[in-house]
Amino acid sequence: MRKTYLEHTKEIIMNMGPQHPSTHGVLRIKLWLDGETVVKSEPMIGYLHRGIEKLAEYRTYTQFMPITDRLDYVAAASNNLAWVQAVEKLMEIEVPRRADFIRVIITELMRIANHLVWLGTQANDIGAVTVLLYCFREREEILDIFEMFCGARLTLNAFRIGGLAHDIPVGFKEKVKNFIERFPKYIDDYERLLSENRIWLKRTKNVGIINAEEAINLGLSGPSLRASGVKWDIRKSNPYAVYDELEFDIPTGEVGDVYDRYKVRIEEMRQSIRIIKQALEQMPNGEIRAKVPRIIKPPPGEIYHSIEAPKGELGFYIVSDGSTMPYRVKIRAPSFVNLQALSKMIEGHLVADIVAIIGSIDIVLGEIDR
Amino acid sequence: MNNQEEQKEIPENYEKIVNKINKIFSTAIIEKKFERGELTLTIKPQFLIPLAEFLKEESDLKFNFLSDICAVHFPKEKEFEVVYNLYSIIFHHRVRLKVKIKEGESITSLTRVWAAANWLEREVYDLSGITFDGHPDLKRIFLPNDWKGHPLRKDYPLSGKEK
Repeated sequence: MRKTYLEHTKEIIMNMGPQHPSTHGVLRIKLWLDGETVVKSEPMIGYLHRGIEKLAEYRTYTQFMPITDRLDYVAAASNNLAWVQAVEKLMEIEVPRRADFIRVIITELMRIANHLVWLGTQANDIGAVTVLLYCFREREEILDIFEMFCGARLTLNAFRIGGLAHDIPVGFKEKVKNFIERFPKYIDDYERLLSENRIWLKRTKNVGIINAEEAINLGLSGPSLRASGVKWDIRKSNPYAVYDELEFDIPTGEVGDVYDRYKVRIEEMRQSIRIIKQALEQMPNGEIRAKVPRIIKPPPGEIYHSIEAPKGELGFYIVSDGSTMPYRVKIRAPSFVNLQALSKMIEGHLVADIVAIIGSIDIVLGEIDR
Repeated sequence: MNNQEEQKEIPENYEKIVNKINKIFSTAIIEKKFERGELTLTIKPQFLIPLAEFLKEESDLKFNFLSDICAVHFPKEKEFEVVYNLYSIIFHHRVRLKVKIKEGESITSLTRVWAAANWLEREVYDLSGITFDGHPDLKRIFLPNDWKGHPLRKDYPLSGKEK
């Protein structure tokens, strides 16, 4: 907390965004400033609102799949997974084990790709441009793997209700193996560039602190919550797919500042590598799709299913009236709830710190505005 | 038939939650349902705040995490279901609270129990048009301030003009 310096200065209101490069999309923050110190702030959202929840009510369960790609477009496969698993739970479909393993591999690769985009842009915002280039080099390899798997690189539409569209192609396993063998060395490289970099430490240590109790109360989830020291990961606490058979740790922070959030994400990438390695080894042969009726028509009822997306708890609440189209779909988007904590985090900080703090929450406006 | 009977049975750990609530708020629960591994409790609107506080603070329930708030519109019955998905980070269990209100009625805000309710309630207000009493800053969140209508109501068309 910084002191106000001059008694006779006046509070001014300033808008940051919606075209500011470091707000990661069309986010506007209304700032009440005293000199350069933030007194109060209010994020303004909705510039990207497309009414996805309304669209869902006019599409069949299968037709809604590609739209979930457009929620968090940096981690499309995670959205797909949450959607198909919610529908499968609603219809009580048992997915073949092989499909589950492939889903885990794809979503963990997605997590790495997401964290790479995050790391690159975060470092770029703070002023270390080099890291961005390295991160996007590795992300490119992951996108190549996705292209090999389903033909798309960004909006994957990767899974189907009941399993997968098709099995992994020849050479896929080798390509993934090759990547995960080399990748840990790259993570060390990023850390060498940043973790003990004096400028990086000055900009991130003790900036934007939020404690565990406040974070839970504000609904924070994912790496941002774990950085505050809360050991909660849905992959462990309420395992879905085959996560209960795979071994991995949940990295946590202590202080809950920007640096801890950075450390947690770096460590999560290492854990993802561990998961992918085990999944590749244990993946059985066999079917990739369960017997699913041609027309998806879940029985009347409701379901809330959530997964650990790269940004936090991504949940779908579906109400079915027994027809081919959902009666109501509510998306619990992690970025939306996480962004609420921003005002709390930037209070009393300088304008320059806002950039570092927004980046550290890791938001995607496509998911916030829906 | 057999299947339905199975669904009605509530596992012990979830039955415990229902019993705990019944002990203190004997008339609060209108309906309890256990389906697909999820417990849904429909409660009376006036019990929402005390029940939420109880669920959050009680030592072996600790529903300290508000996952989601959703409003479902039923135009035939002219009513809304406001659905709260609660989670406990300590015990890893979930419960779903449902409150039924008529169109035009308002509901108490949960912002003083969970701070996370702030934006979630604004979203429900914006898209479904339910007002929350006691909300500190109830205004539209996605749509412009001068927007007419609430898109997630069932009588709001997907395209074209509102009837």
